[in-house]
Amino acid sequence: MRITSALAAAAILTLAAACGGGGGGGSSSAPNEPVKINFLSLAWQKESVAANKQLVDEWNKANPNIQVTYVQGSWDNVNDQLVTQFAGGTAPDVIHNDSPALSGFASDGYLLDLKDKLPAELKSDIPQSAWDTVTFDDGKGGQGVYGVPFLQESQVIIANKKLLDAAKVRIPTADDPWTWDEFSEAAKKMTKDGSYGVAWAMKSPVNKTLNLALNFGGTFFQTSGGKTTVKVGPEEREVLQRIHDQLYKDKSADPDALGQGTADPLPAFYKGKFAMLPAGVYLRQQVVEQAPDGFEWVTLPAPKGTSAQQGAVSQTLSIAQESEHPDEAMKFISFFLNGTNQAKLAKGDWLLPTSQKAAADPAMTTEENGWDVATASAKNLVVAPFLKVNGFDEWKSKVATPALQEYFANKITIDQAAAKLVEDGNKVLERYQR
Amino acid sequence: MRRVLQYVALVAYVVFLAFPLLWLLSTALKTPQEMALTEPTWIPREPTLANFGDAFGEQDLVGAALRSLVVALFASVITVLISLPAAYAMARYRGLLNKVAIGWVLVSQVFPFILIIIPLFMILRDLDLVNTLPGLVVVHVTFTLPFALWMLQGYVRAVPRELEEAAAVDGAGRLRSIASVVAPLLAPGVVATLLFSFISSWNEFMFALVVLQNPDVMTLPLTLVRFTGPEGVARLGPLAAASLMATIPSLIFFAIIQRRLKSGLMAGAVKG
Repeated sequence: MRITSALAAAAILTLAAACGGGGGGGSSSAPNEPVKINFLSLAWQKESVAANKQLVDEWNKANPNIQVTYVQGSWDNVNDQLVTQFAGGTAPDVIHNDSPALSGFASDGYLLDLKDKLPAELKSDIPQSAWDTVTFDDGKGGQGVYGVPFLQESQVIIANKKLLDAAKVRIPTADDPWTWDEFSEAAKKMTKDGSYGVAWAMKSPVNKTLNLALNFGGTFFQTSGGKTTVKVGPEEREVLQRIHDQLYKDKSADPDALGQGTADPLPAFYKGKFAMLPAGVYLRQQVVEQAPDGFEWVTLPAPKGTSAQQGAVSQTLSIAQESEHPDEAMKFISFFLNGTNQAKLAKGDWLLPTSQKAAADPAMTTEENGWDVATASAKNLVVAPFLKVNGFDEWKSKVATPALQEYFANKITIDQAAAKLVEDGNKVLERYQR
Repeated sequence: MRRVLQYVALVAYVVFLAFPLLWLLSTALKTPQEMALTEPTWIPREPTLANFGDAFGEQDLVGAALRSLVVALFASVITVLISLPAAYAMARYRGLLNKVAIGWVLVSQVFPFILIIIPLFMILRDLDLVNTLPGLVVVHVTFTLPFALWMLQGYVRAVPRELEEAAAVDGAGRLRSIASVVAPLLAPGVVATLLFSFISSWNEFMFALVVLQNPDVMTLPLTLVRFTGPEGVARLGPLAAASLMATIPSLIFFAIIQRRLKSGLMAGAVKG
């Protein structure tokens, strides 16, 4: 009975305390109180969360008049959360997201155009190709900058060193990557004794194939007379066809990995069921953490076609249009994303910093864990063409994902896949251009 | 022999039900290397508590669990307090209004909540309830109430009117017969409804995500999701450890309350 009473009392006290939490985003401050800024962060890896918290603490100690509250969100549902918070007028001041999500929020007027607020040092430290990923129509006939890009992902190949050495193939370097032909030949050589040369995890095939399609100049979208349509010509088909060939013609790709998510094939990789896994650079973290003792692996650059270009999206920090303290928020972003701090954040997330100073940090260029290859691949990143397409998200989920999954499962031909991507895709895009 | 088979079937069923929990426990005690084996192991080869250390070290799991407990307790008790008299009225008073009310309760279950989440958020904001646990309690009560009402109504219907009539013959008024005759017989129904409301609130994620923005008021489901990254990649060890700890309070709550889930209370009550 006592326990029950104590629990009830504790519950009432907690609830009463919570009543004092107040509503709204919590960013307004009394005249003599410090300015309060809410920072929604999506960091989730242990080292990355620690780096974020450390930087926020450093800022708060050095800036007693601008206090930042660290709020941890999740990639899985951040956009649902933001839609509601924007509509309700309680969005955080500083928002971590990725560049594909910014376009819609910017066109709805929820994000602040940072064009005239960016400090010169921050602006010059980040290359224009990265700024392009966050530059969108401002709805007034101009272009606005709706976030500061700070981490990018490129595709690399994570390879089993033992199987790679045994195949006696040329080891590609950042300066001299394999061509797609060499990559296919290497995969064929490594396919023997029940193991495959490569594994393509294609549960979510769209971003990966669209980004790699730029190797052959494949853009998948074209704009003419202000109208954007889908195109699947020879350039767009090239990478699709080559992956399909590895699966069904060369039989050098593990069919079991096809329906898997990015990290799912790793256990089979450690066991030597296949030699190479094309993946985003961040997957190296999982390999470091999970690989059995004695397992040797290397990071190889992605193959090149007519160029080594890859489409890039960026992780970004934006400021909510409704923020009461946009200047203070910008000061915090400038500190948070300076060269030194970007290196810490990139290391924590195993991604590539956009800051040129950060990219020169010794930690970003060491051979250990493939950082040299990963960082070098950043020079091939160009803004992903789909980033600026209004309606891309719907095209991706309703048209492209099922069409590409069927194609890679060999249920439809490349012509049928192309027809779906174009015909069904254009119907989707049309709705966004009325 | 038949008895043995019955026990075998029972044990198999219990193992089937306990499987997710046992797997969670096994995963929580594994190293990242062991989690990545192609042949999964049941019993960790090198058990480790590091996942628990990471889970508790990185997130305020205890605080989040306490807040979830407070919200779930308040939401479930308030739900039962409101739905009990309403269920009695719906079960006992027949008429057009009653039918319309029951129909409306059912229709309200059809709406996907994502449709109303923005207007609901705005109402809460205007009431200054965003970012507060009472705000979340209000939302949970609102959304659990229709089904709780529907559940309890079935239990009230199962209590024979004759018992109330017998009480009336003995001189009891309506309130007295409800308090002394109907209410005790409804105990299993109340407990079942309480459990349903508690577990619904304890596990609820989407409303909590939208209503609670301040880290100091976040509930357990919001804390658990922080161990997941993009494209379904998750930190399985700390997630399993945290999820295991998250199931314990609801298991304890169930263990305490399940003794009240007795059936057959009314057996023979109206033999005649």
